[in-house]
This record gives sequence, structure tokens and C-alpha cells, in this order.
Amino acid sequence: MMIAVVALTRTRNLFAVVVLFGLYSFLTATVMVALDAVDVAMTEAAIGAGFSTVLLLGALHLCKSEEEKPAHKPWLPLAVTIGTGLVLVYGTWDLPPFSDATAPIHTHVAPRYLADGPRVTGVPNVVTTILASYRGFDTLGETVVVFTAGIGVIALLGRRRYVRRGKQ
Amino acid sequence: MKNDMVLRVIGKLLIPFILLFALYVQFHGDYGPGGGFQAGAIVAAAMVFYAMIYGLSTARRVLPDALVESMIAAGVLLYLAVGFAGLHFGGNFLDYFVLDADPVAGQHRGIFWIELGVAITVCGVLVKIFYLFAQRGQDQE
Repeated sequence: MMIAVVALTRTRNLFAVVVLFGLYSFLTATVMVALDAVDVAMTEAAIGAGFSTVLLLGALHLCKSEEEKPAHKPWLPLAVTIGTGLVLVYGTWDLPPFSDATAPIHTHVAPRYLADGPRVTGVPNVVTTILASYRGFDTLGETVVVFTAGIGVIALLGRRRYVRRGKQ
Repeated sequence: MKNDMVLRVIGKLLIPFILLFALYVQFHGDYGPGGGFQAGAIVAAAMVFYAMIYGLSTARRVLPDALVESMIAAGVLLYLAVGFAGLHFGGNFLDYFVLDADPVAGQHRGIFWIELGVAITVCGVLVKIFYLFAQRGQDQE
């Protein structure tokens, strides 16, 4: 993954960047599998690696395939990025260590979901239980977000065609 | 890529299995990893694959724009309908326990329908976005 990221920042050919981006997404998907989050891995492989690559290639079709030389020096953005990164790393020092069973996130509602979820809902997959049943409202909101995104893209790209045809 | 024999044959062979896998992910989401979002994404990916191999206009005949646009809204409406069904049968909004005489069966039923709603919306939005992007490329040629 590190190699892919370094190559991404160094490459100027946008086609190579898109392909590397897909590669990076697939590597992220394998990380998700290693973390036992197969749902997320599936989504990442389908959307991140497959779908966005196709969309980016479609966008590439509309513009030049070679990136312009940057107009100004990268030092200020680099300093801001490194500064923000250091602040975030400083923030993680207060977090409980990874896989700590006594961390607040594991002692609040998670035990109840794990203990009662399968019995009350009869669904063995706890992820589905939480997603669809306990957190049904959140998932509804999520679906509405996807809906809004689709409507937004239709509003931005779909109507322009008719306007252009009307002018001709 | 329309004239590429290998891709056309492989595509014809693979797409049914991709769709079958999407259905498996959709309906087996209760027992294994998966669910509506993943299934919708996989169906959309199959559709994009089809459009890339056989051309956008062929794909548009298989899944017309009007159908895709109504899918976007239909999924959200289906989700909301499940929510209001809970109200109708005397529970809270999105309360699945009241959807069946047996609360556990009611949960199953509710989860099934909302996952279907999520899948329909996600698939519709992704296919629509792809159509719009691909079409822009063709308009300017």
C-alpha cells in the first residue's frame, strides 16, 4: 500500500494514477478482510475499485491524460498536512489501545446488542441486526443520502443536455 | 470494446453469476456478510460491465433511464413504507415487531424489505451516475 501511495504522488500520467487508485482500493479491501469486516471489503471492492475507477476513466476521457506541472511550490500545503497529521496523532494518545475490551465503545450498548440481538430479532448476523433493526433510522438517513446524491448528479448533469439541445 | 470476442463471451458467461451473487448477498444478508448496500453495488457493477462491453445504448435498452430514475425514488419509498407499516400496525416508526404475529418473524420481514429498499436505491443511483458520465463522453465526440 505504501508503494502504491508513493507511486500515486509521483506519477504525472493520470491514467496510471487511476489504475493505481483502483489497486489501492483493492489493497484496502484486503485490509478490511483481515479485520473481519467482509461487508466493508465487498463494498470497497465494488465501489472503490470497480465503480470509481470506471467513473474516473470516464472523466479522463473528457480531459487531458497528463497532469500539469504545479503552479506553486508544495511546501506550504505539505507543512499544513504534516501539522494536521501530527495533531491527529497527538489526539490518538488519549484513545484506549486497540482491541482493549474495557474501552467505552465496548461497554456501552455493544454487549446488549451482542447478547440480545440474535435472540430478539432471530437474525444471526449481528451487523445486519444493528444496521437494519437497532439503527433503522440511521440506515434510513443513509439511504436518503444516497438518494440525494443521485438526485444531485441528475440535477447537475442530466438537465444540461436538454438545455444544449434547446439552444441548437 | 464492442468487437472484442473474448470480452463478449466472458461477459455473457460472468454477468449471470454476478447477478446471482448479488441476490445471494441480498437475501443471505441475515446469515452471512452482506446486505442491501452491497447487493445494490454489485448489481450496478454488473450493469456497468455490461454497458462497457456491449455499449451504452444496449445497456440503456436493458435498463431504461425512466426505470433507473424511478428505482432511485422507489427504494427510499419502500423503506419509508416499512416504517409507516410499523405505525399502521400499532407500533413505532420502523418498528418491525408488529409486522407479524410472531415478533421474530416480524423482524425478519422488516429487515428483508428495508434491505430491498436500500438495494434498489443504491443500484439505481449508481447506474444513473454511470449513464450520465458515460453519456457526457459520447456527447462531445
